[in-house]
Amino acid sequence: MSSATNAGAAKVRHHSKFYWALADGFVLAKRNLVQIPRIPELVVFATIQPVMFVLLFRYVFGGAIDVGGESYVNYLMAGIFVQTVAFGAVGTGVGLAEDLQKGLVDRFRSLPMARSAVLTGRTIADLVRNLFVVFVMLIVGILVGFRPEAGLAGWAGALGLLLLLSFSFSWIGATIALLMRSTEAVQSAGFIWLFPLTFASSAFVQTDNMPGWLQTFADHQPMTQVIDAVRALLLGQPVGSHGWRALAWCLGILVVFIPLSVTLYRRVAAR
Amino acid sequence: MNRGRPAIWAEGLRKSYGKTLALDGLDLRVVEGTILGLLGPNGAGKTTVVRILTTLLSPDAGRAEVAGLDVVRQADELRSRIGLTGQYAAVDEYLTGRENLEMVGRLYHLPKREARRRADELLERFDLVDAASRLVKTYSGGMRRRLDLSASLVFSPPVLFLDEPTTGLDPRSRIAMWDIIGELVSGGTTLLLTTQYLDEADRLADRICVVDAGRVIAEGTSSELKARVGGERLEVTLEQGGGLEDAARVLERYAHADGGVRVDAERRYLVATVAGGAGLLAAVVRDLDAARVKVDELGLHRPTLDDVFLTLTGRAAEPDATGDGELRDEKEIA
Repeated sequence: MSSATNAGAAKVRHHSKFYWALADGFVLAKRNLVQIPRIPELVVFATIQPVMFVLLFRYVFGGAIDVGGESYVNYLMAGIFVQTVAFGAVGTGVGLAEDLQKGLVDRFRSLPMARSAVLTGRTIADLVRNLFVVFVMLIVGILVGFRPEAGLAGWAGALGLLLLLSFSFSWIGATIALLMRSTEAVQSAGFIWLFPLTFASSAFVQTDNMPGWLQTFADHQPMTQVIDAVRALLLGQPVGSHGWRALAWCLGILVVFIPLSVTLYRRVAAR
Repeated sequence: MNRGRPAIWAEGLRKSYGKTLALDGLDLRVVEGTILGLLGPNGAGKTTVVRILTTLLSPDAGRAEVAGLDVVRQADELRSRIGLTGQYAAVDEYLTGRENLEMVGRLYHLPKREARRRADELLERFDLVDAASRLVKTYSGGMRRRLDLSASLVFSPPVLFLDEPTTGLDPRSRIAMWDIIGELVSGGTTLLLTTQYLDEADRLADRICVVDAGRVIAEGTSSELKARVGGERLEVTLEQGGGLEDAARVLERYAHADGGVRVDAERRYLVATVAGGAGLLAAVVRDLDAARVKVDELGLHRPTLDDVFLTLTGRAAEPDATGDGELRDEKEIA
């Protein structure tokens, strides 16, 4: 052993790399979570926006939208839940971009921690934040007349899918942040891809009334799959193929975007 | 213990950012348990060196070892043996002081209790106990630096890097920081410190490397460097019609052989490089008086980074003339 042994080293426990990747990720997730109540404006705005959407569609557009036999508010809420967690990806990107601009990332990178932890810590924390916002939206929904008919399994399935979508979109948000870097750019670029996905979907209207080319896109893109599956689960209707399609999309996104953003993170931070 | 083996060692480090050459074949050697001061203006490449040695950046060419480990190939192992305090406090504003230190301890993979114990110890040592439960965003600049420095000491690393530890601090915090740094090294830590201030390097470092445009242009102890600069600067400003030539003749007697006396007739100002020493000022005043020179202002100045630069490179160290390489640092200071 060289003379370069430190006093603290003896106290370190030995575990596998995977263990530390998770453990470090949780340390940083905790860091991100304890900050949320300390910057309350972030949660407040993250909640106000979807509430506005609920009120807008429930009371302004809703009367003019025909969704077949279902009441519009029952149709709407699945779309709102999915939109809410999807828009959370922007928060992931902005938070990460802010971290990258601060000297703090240099400290993290000079520590013997897992490289991926800055990203997993961020995405895990955003998952918890989204869970909270979905809960708030559920209450708002019930206040404006949403009447879900799901059993325990239906609730579990719907929540599971929402969280999976939240997690996978967070990694897309992280990738965008690593490409753009500046907080302002991430803020605007973060929404650009979400708008077509959100509005050219079954979130607010049935896709049947869209022009053919748009309907093709809308019917096959991931958000429609998740929305349709969540809607069916919450309203106690048959899920059909939407369930596994939604699952496949989310897992596919994770398989592509986790390694991509970890690679980008290494490169960005090594500048 | 490998006696004489350097704790930090670098050879031919090169790095460029696009077209900007940040490091141009830099060599470095720091003996275990000593402090090396890396002295240079903004944009000289100091931060780039620190980033390479702390595994944050890969060099384009050259090799470096810290604590006997290669900074590129053994980067993972190396990270548990170094501590880094950057130019701007790398602490989380929305965590408390204690939370920051505990988090860093956990990321060094200390068990929870140990991380907590270590945090308490450091808060005590750096006089942050009262502020420990406050969010860092309420801290003063000096407190942030102290917290930042304590974060780099959580794991008691044998090699420590401090990148401009006092830039932007008020004089009082600066001196407090110097005291802390002085104590650290008495514990056997090897330290590499970058600074723009000669007095800081002078006060803290065992040896000083002067860096310019990505290379080491001079190395030695502070007195060796000062000897090269030629000692201290004697400046005299005369009153209206004050006998410039007489004054110049007096100063010649004290001036350093190769420095001579420079005269600015318009401003009635004379400057000479002198060896300094006790009684010099008094003697000069007596002689000027005897020569009936009417003095308006007279002063003896210790050499600054500018003087070192002027002597070594023939040009002033302009803090504004930065390359792209350290743009990010500038932004952070502002």
